[in-house]
Amino acid sequence: MNKKLQPIVQALEKEFGAEVSDVFGETQAVIPVENIVATCELLRDKFSFGLLSMITAVDYGLQAEPRFHIIYQLNSITDSLFLTLRVPVSGENPSIPTMTGVYKNANWREREIWDLFGIHVEGHPDLRRLLMPKDWEGYPLRKDYPLGYEEPQFSFNFDEIDLSKPKGELAL
Amino acid sequence: MGVEEKGRTGLEKKMGEMGMVTTTLEEAVNWGRTRSMWPMLFGLACCAIEMMAAQAAHYDMSRFGMELMRPSPRQADLMIVAGRVSRKMAPVLRHLYDQMAEPKWVIAMGDCASCGGVFNNYAVVQGVDEIVPVDIYVAGCPPRPEALINGIMALYDKVNNQKVADWT
Repeated sequence: MNKKLQPIVQALEKEFGAEVSDVFGETQAVIPVENIVATCELLRDKFSFGLLSMITAVDYGLQAEPRFHIIYQLNSITDSLFLTLRVPVSGENPSIPTMTGVYKNANWREREIWDLFGIHVEGHPDLRRLLMPKDWEGYPLRKDYPLGYEEPQFSFNFDEIDLSKPKGELAL
Repeated sequence: MGVEEKGRTGLEKKMGEMGMVTTTLEEAVNWGRTRSMWPMLFGLACCAIEMMAAQAAHYDMSRFGMELMRPSPRQADLMIVAGRVSRKMAPVLRHLYDQMAEPKWVIAMGDCASCGGVFNNYAVVQGVDEIVPVDIYVAGCPPRPEALINGIMALYDKVNNQKVADWT
């Protein structure tokens, strides 16, 4: 762990109950969901973490509890530090508070999480789908969403796939 | 334009010095359509780079009549769908196809426009022929500029063989 990060993670452990660990050479802190906005405000104001580079989410499957982890990556440009925050969120009605008050660029990243994972963001000024069409149903990046692929038609299954293709005037 | 082998009258021998030739209406109209077919700018993804390369100086498409690419569908004859079409883009593509004036043709350039390519999933339309009627499919990922020009030559053959009875 970078020496400059030591006092920072100690402050996080003391105030917000973070569990800090070193994952693949990067420092990671697991923060409960109710403390995340206050944590980011502290990091931005007191410890000069001015850049939020990524908000993403991971779905650990229907069996895991909590099901989703939201991952925030904060960068400090002045001290060249790198910190990852993980927020576990449960599977039923997943919801996180918005980060747009602290970092303006969280706007589209939270829209992407809502679009692809279905994790509702409370207090977001403009929560709607970003990548999928407006009227799409379902959240594609969840583990229980079907892949949506089309079975390729080889010579051994030519006839059975042919049954599901359009015939008649619509046929090409 | 084939003169002697079509068995025309000796009219041309008489009028040749006056600077007149005779031909059929089919040939004349098809000649006009192929020699000045202007494509519509519809580069969506990586195939667009190869389409640009085909239009640029080295592999010049202007020598085949495609002098420039108009982004406006009202002024274009040919829609080269270059790249993968996502489900969000599909209604837009159909809208632009409907806005083109007759006669119009469609070339599906690349694997993603022909059949979905490597992207066999929920977000990509599996072949643009689900949305618009396609005349020529050009395979490749991406097809080389020469391959696209080969596809355009094939389209010209198709247009040259069109008969008066098929015109809308």
